[in-house]
Amino acid sequence: MRALRGALLLLLAPLALGAAEPKLVPDVSQSRIDIQYSFTGAELLLFGAIVYPGGKPPREGAEIVVVVKGPVQPLVLREKQKVAGIWMNVESARFRSAPAFYAVASSRPLAEMVDERTAAIYELGLQNLQLSPGTGAAPDVQRRFEAGLIDLMQRHQLYFEDPKGVRISEGVLYRARVNIPARVPVGNYTAETFLIRDGRVLAGAVREIQIEKLGFERFVATAADRWSLTYGLVAVLLSLFLGWSASAFFRKG
Amino acid sequence: MDIYLPVAGLSVNALVIIALGGVVGLLTGMIGVGGGFLTTPILIFYGIPPAVAVASATTQITGTSVSGVLAHRRRKGVDYRMGGVIILGGLIGASAGGFLFRLLQQIGQIDTAIAILYVVLLGSIGILMAKESGTELQIFRKKATAKPPRRHNPLIAMLPLRWRFYQSGLYISPLAPLLLGIIGGMLTVLLGVGGGFIMVPAMIYMLGMSAQVVVGTSLLQILFVTAATTLIHATTTKSVDIVLAGLLLLGSVIGAQFGARFAQKVKPELLRMFLAIIILAVAARMAIGLGWRPEEIYTVQAL
Repeated sequence: MRALRGALLLLLAPLALGAAEPKLVPDVSQSRIDIQYSFTGAELLLFGAIVYPGGKPPREGAEIVVVVKGPVQPLVLREKQKVAGIWMNVESARFRSAPAFYAVASSRPLAEMVDERTAAIYELGLQNLQLSPGTGAAPDVQRRFEAGLIDLMQRHQLYFEDPKGVRISEGVLYRARVNIPARVPVGNYTAETFLIRDGRVLAGAVREIQIEKLGFERFVATAADRWSLTYGLVAVLLSLFLGWSASAFFRKG
Repeated sequence: MDIYLPVAGLSVNALVIIALGGVVGLLTGMIGVGGGFLTTPILIFYGIPPAVAVASATTQITGTSVSGVLAHRRRKGVDYRMGGVIILGGLIGASAGGFLFRLLQQIGQIDTAIAILYVVLLGSIGILMAKESGTELQIFRKKATAKPPRRHNPLIAMLPLRWRFYQSGLYISPLAPLLLGIIGGMLTVLLGVGGGFIMVPAMIYMLGMSAQVVVGTSLLQILFVTAATTLIHATTTKSVDIVLAGLLLLGSVIGAQFGARFAQKVKPELLRMFLAIIILAVAARMAIGLGWRPEEIYTVQAL
């Protein structure tokens, strides 16, 4: 349905005659992702059309960057060091606004598309995340912790960069796949799409995506958080019941 | 078969968790230990956050100890007076332990503390058990000069306010079992273990309780203290995952029944030797984990 809408907009493109710059018509496959009983992750499809004035893509078309970002959260990053033969947490750093999830996909490597300043302004690429370190640590220590955080999140598939993740067909239609792993936290996510040509961001658009626990999973998570005493009592009663019924069952059998 | 754990926030293979519960239950039924010392580390190796592993393993132990308590009650193997004193101590210890748990969590040392406690406790108890069962199986030779063991510890006999514990056959101060209960309760909260593997030897060798009531009384204490600990974790750390605990229970309550049947056919010394080997293996794995360079140098904690 949405793909159809995109195609329709493409047909209407000639109406946009006269505009000097190309425009962006973006969409996402899901505006909400539900976490339910056997959630092992989801695949998000970001797609849309680039609408050029005159309806025809020029020979040297624009490039696309998509960024999916999770809710920002304050966190503490701890670093293990060997103390008396034991690896334990020694140093730590605070980050006031680390995104819980960050995926960037582009049609060409980011470094070839934009200069560092533009990349920093639009937070394009893992090196340009605004993590807002909260401690007044020395710059090199801070860099070490930032690199550690990014590396850790990358290996948990919570941060990633895919320099060839966006496919542009016929110069007008683009699509990108972003994998959402099972460990993502719930919250409001944003999917940003940037249209870039000659190192400049010509257009950008944002779509919101909600990731939520649903049904039983939501009920349990909410109960554990809000009615914690009742939740604990139910957990105890459940275990008592299971233990008792097994012993009763086997004694008869 | 993947199942999403709502509190842990990740998906696990349900069959693996049920099988783990089954193996632990088999041990419980065979040897009479709660098996928490096995569940918690394995859950942590599997990738469950340590706090959730500890809290949910505690919930599971409550369930597995029920059938044990019922069985011992039928043959009058529970000293309720002694049990009550130890449980009171356990509740005090569990509350103090909950406070300590959060403190350690805040300063980021909970994982290290859990691992060190495991290595020290399991290591020393494993060695003691291996020695004892090895001697009985005549693998090691008994020391010829061994003194006859004294039933009453002079330090405990010194404590004031003596009570009579008829079923245990004791006339001692309730302060000793109270203190024992406090230690057991703290271990339950911190490590997600019932503490039977410490309480049973302590009841026999330190308090001098008569052997018929030791296991039943220890199970009664485990039942109450783990239930209280579940409530403490549910309200403070909020890391009890009812789905995880349910899956573990499903395996362990059934495993325990088969274990109890199997136990009657095997020499008890052999079982204890077997348990000692498992305990030492877990301790060794934990020790390696502490000394080896970990895969992840960095860990994230949300604020």
